[in-house]
Amino acid sequence: MTTDAAVRERGDAGTFARAGALLQRNGVLLALIALIAFGATRYDGFLSAYNVASVLRFNSMFGLVALGMCFVIMTGGIDLSVGSVAALASVVAALISPLGPGPALGAAVLAGALFGLGNGIIVARTRIQPFVVTLATLLAARGLALTLANNTSVAVSYTSGFTFIGQGDVLGVPVPVIILVVAYVAGSVVLNFTRFGRHVLAVGGNEEAGLLMGLGVTRVKLAVYTMSGALAGLAGVILAAQFGAGQPTEGLGWELSAIASVVVGGTLLTGGIGSVGATLVGVLLLGLIFNILNFENGRGVISLSAYWQSVIRGAFLLIVLVLQNRLTRRRDEAARA
Amino acid sequence: MAAARDAIRTYGAFVALVLLVLYNLVFTPNFVSAQTINVNLTQVATIVIVGVGMTLVIATGGIDLSVGSLMAISGALAGIILLSSQPPFDNPAAKVAAAFVLPVLAAGAFGVFNGFQVTRLRIQPVIATLVLFIAGRGIAQVMTNGNLQAFRNESFQYIGLGRPFGIPFQVILMLAIVAIVAWAMRATIFGRYVLAVGGNERAARLAGLPVNRVKVAVYAISGLLSGVAGLIVISLNSSSDANQVGLNMELDAIAAVAVGGTPLTGGHATVVGTLIGACIMQLTRYTLLAHGIPDALALVVKAGIIVAAVNVQRQRSS
Amino acid sequence: MPEPAPLLAMERISKSFPGVVALREASLRVGRDEVHALVGQNGAGKSTLIKVLTGVYRRDAGDIVLDGGSVDFRSPQEAQANGVSTIYQEVNLIPFRSVSENIFMGREPRRFGLIDWRRMNRESGAILHRFGIDVDVTKPLLNLNVAIQQMVAIARAVSFDARLVVMDEPTSSLDEREVATLFDVIRQLKRDGVSVLFVSHRLDDLFAVCDRVTIMRDGETVEERAIADITKLELVARMLGRDLNEVRRSGSTSFAASAHHAAGQLLEATDLRRGHALQGADVSVRAGEIVGLAGLLGSGRTETARAIFGADPLDAGEVRIDGTAVRFDSPGDAVRARIGFSPEDRKTDGIVPWMSVRENLTLALLPRLTRLGVVDAARQREIVDRFIKRLGIKTAGPDQPIRELSGGNQQKVLLARWLCTDPRLLILDEPTRGIDVGAKGEIQALINELADDGLGVLMISSELDELTEGCDRVVVMRDGRSVAEIEHNEATQGSIMAAMAHGESQEGTMA
Repeated sequence: MTTDAAVRERGDAGTFARAGALLQRNGVLLALIALIAFGATRYDGFLSAYNVASVLRFNSMFGLVALGMCFVIMTGGIDLSVGSVAALASVVAALISPLGPGPALGAAVLAGALFGLGNGIIVARTRIQPFVVTLATLLAARGLALTLANNTSVAVSYTSGFTFIGQGDVLGVPVPVIILVVAYVAGSVVLNFTRFGRHVLAVGGNEEAGLLMGLGVTRVKLAVYTMSGALAGLAGVILAAQFGAGQPTEGLGWELSAIASVVVGGTLLTGGIGSVGATLVGVLLLGLIFNILNFENGRGVISLSAYWQSVIRGAFLLIVLVLQNRLTRRRDEAARA
Repeated sequence: MAAARDAIRTYGAFVALVLLVLYNLVFTPNFVSAQTINVNLTQVATIVIVGVGMTLVIATGGIDLSVGSLMAISGALAGIILLSSQPPFDNPAAKVAAAFVLPVLAAGAFGVFNGFQVTRLRIQPVIATLVLFIAGRGIAQVMTNGNLQAFRNESFQYIGLGRPFGIPFQVILMLAIVAIVAWAMRATIFGRYVLAVGGNERAARLAGLPVNRVKVAVYAISGLLSGVAGLIVISLNSSSDANQVGLNMELDAIAAVAVGGTPLTGGHATVVGTLIGACIMQLTRYTLLAHGIPDALALVVKAGIIVAAVNVQRQRSS
Repeated sequence: MPEPAPLLAMERISKSFPGVVALREASLRVGRDEVHALVGQNGAGKSTLIKVLTGVYRRDAGDIVLDGGSVDFRSPQEAQANGVSTIYQEVNLIPFRSVSENIFMGREPRRFGLIDWRRMNRESGAILHRFGIDVDVTKPLLNLNVAIQQMVAIARAVSFDARLVVMDEPTSSLDEREVATLFDVIRQLKRDGVSVLFVSHRLDDLFAVCDRVTIMRDGETVEERAIADITKLELVARMLGRDLNEVRRSGSTSFAASAHHAAGQLLEATDLRRGHALQGADVSVRAGEIVGLAGLLGSGRTETARAIFGADPLDAGEVRIDGTAVRFDSPGDAVRARIGFSPEDRKTDGIVPWMSVRENLTLALLPRLTRLGVVDAARQREIVDRFIKRLGIKTAGPDQPIRELSGGNQQKVLLARWLCTDPRLLILDEPTRGIDVGAKGEIQALINELADDGLGVLMISSELDELTEGCDRVVVMRDGRSVAEIEHNEATQGSIMAAMAHGESQEGTMA
């Protein structure tokens, strides 16, 4: 009988990979806490109910999009169309808003889901790379949005209660934040406690093995892209409800924020590893940076324009990519020995 | 059946273009006017110039999503130089020269950075160039604080507004670039190396080819050409707006390459095809517009064409 | 007493692909509670036979009977559901997922619709414990070494109620202790009534744990015997298609070409090490010498060649060219040192499929054909025409896409690629594989000619004739090590095979 002693681990490969992932996850959390501490000490009103609520309310849209992106990336794909789909959904929601919040929400999410389904079908059936497919649907969605909106923004109805979705509070908590929390909790449960969630990770980890194991790879792909589209649709509803208009030109750069959040959170771009919670931390981290920039500008000490945001996001993405690359390479080398 | 499919892939783009032209000749009033042709060619020129660089990158099996942002950086830098009154830019000749050279070199340097990410850091090209896609435009915006830089400099703006023999300069430039690169692909060692790397990277490496250097080179060229395109755009507008220059250019460039017949998987390249592809996309847009279909809906058509074109090319490679 | 019905009987299985017959009425019978070895060289058909069994391919003809019932699996999942599981050499599981997840992937136990992690972990631990393996089942698979990953794959098979477990090269990445563990597991499977089909070339392992062996060659089953009734040498002889008595009788064959005047030490590779694949390979070649590199599949010959050529980094060891230690960081460095390498797999490593014959032929020569960046097309054409003629390459023209040529002609183009660079050392990995007899002779004569002119050749080959007749010296490798070096006059099929089988030659010198 062999025991644990005889069955030894390749220490290097194990420790590096797990420590790295753990460090990254905790590192991001630490960074978030550090930023909060920094902001709390430096600015009055940083921790005020008003600031917290407005930061969360504003970032709820990005959070939803990032959640969908997280699932897509975990299967090893990518969805560049989410920004345009959100814009399209905001237009749809605005147009249907006179009928009330329910129908508007339903129609917009449905629109997003249909686009996502289209993405999924093309990705799963043809073997065209996901970034090409979603780059194309990005165009199509924007085109549709502009057409439906007649090239201008579409005002929402203020009498039907639709704006409550974006501007309302329940017990002091902004409605979008409630939606965000519910979505993330559901997402986390799905990922960790359903077969579907585990299969999402399996497909991204080793699609060929997944096929051999009979995992229904096509169905998984269809599902994640549809989810991504639906969540983008939901984000679009909140966009319209929050700002009072459906905007066909919005959503520019949303996919990039989403990817940055997901990657910062520790999810591997190549798929197979991911965390819903870490994505949320990533969203909050990037959202806080923006918030702090605003405060800094308000103080007048430095004047960092909002444009630094994209540079910082890009730099973030790069640093995370380099780190991920280092960890993967060290693990591969250790495994080879 | 296979022979027919092969024929479509090789000549399809050209035939499609011819059909589009014929259609417009018959059904669109005022099609054959100098103005129409000039307007269309002008819009196509920047796309083709960027598209040529994109063709090279795609031929090695990669992709460059940062081209639009690099255009913005180039435009922003040129704007700053043109509006600067500090030495050595107070000398008008030096100013114009610098406004041409420095922005293009800067864009090229960023291209090298893309290449570095792909070869040394082993990051997938999509993601690697996504970094500058995000950050690049930000850099341009930071440099100009998002402000519009309006200028007037005839020598500099010749690149966009000049009309030697009545033909817009950038069209001549575009044709020259297409001709040079097409020739280089066929006749120079670099061109053959690009195709070998894209065709079978393992075999290329085992044959002693400097694979990494080739890849960095194509990303650098893509950057340089994006820089040139950026200069053209700001010349046309007499202003540099970091928020707008090069917006959506990556999509247009990829579309031109795909529709023109270069497969996204690498190993083949047709620069002339990219020219034709860009013309097809432009003409499609024009045709739809001329017949009352809103620009917005034309985007949907564009998307469909891209997917179809890529799908057709994919089947060829398998 | 009548023989009990076998668990698995594959009879008269035939399978063809366009242009090649993979299986000709092959057969395989695995008994109950039996560990059955399946052996054969490259192209023998054993992997095709396995794929037919497990549903990856559909057979053209023949019957498969499993446990008394006729079966026709159409996918690996179907095979698995019916009790035939495969453990692949590249453990085909999900690396980032935990041990227990991998075991239950696809049938994760649930409670109220949600995954019951506790039950999954408990049951996984129990299955592994049964085999004497105790690991933390919540750990990601990739953190565990290959041996454990294999156990997990076996545990998964068992949890699917496998009746037959097919193991494809299971010991190739394991060290001695891990192999012993694996054997314990296999014996436990036997006791549990599960049969094992053990596909491997590692003779020691086969003889240690298997009951019977089926030998395949050229798509046919040539023999099936109890392991106890066969010796290693006989096994090797059957695999390679040599009649042992004949070989013993024949002695060394006449050497057609003149003896090569060996000059200085061109290549000296010492103690090359790289992971599991190379564990101390040594080989040397003198200018004007043809050295054969022999060994069974997986002995490390290609890895040695690639390491010398700079295609893969070395963990340890030294390579000297003309007495000077060199370090090639990339094949480009080796090419500049006038070394050429013709790879074994021309499809993945050799040809650029969409490029023409002309382009492929001159690919390594381009730097020398270029002036100021422009390729001298006229000189290129002249060289291409010359080599097409010299090697008798059958092509519609130099501009024909190389993928349209037959395999043999593609191989000739690849050889020409290196010959036209006028190298001093040429490394050839199975240069005559897939080439018709006539062309083979041409190429062998050509190699001889080049050696006469001072070229040093290192030739990896699985053809005993080539090794005994065409080489000045034969180095035999086994398990990543050079185990024997046999001079031409003592290189017989018997001595080479003995070295492959036992690790030392009986008639030659010991390395």
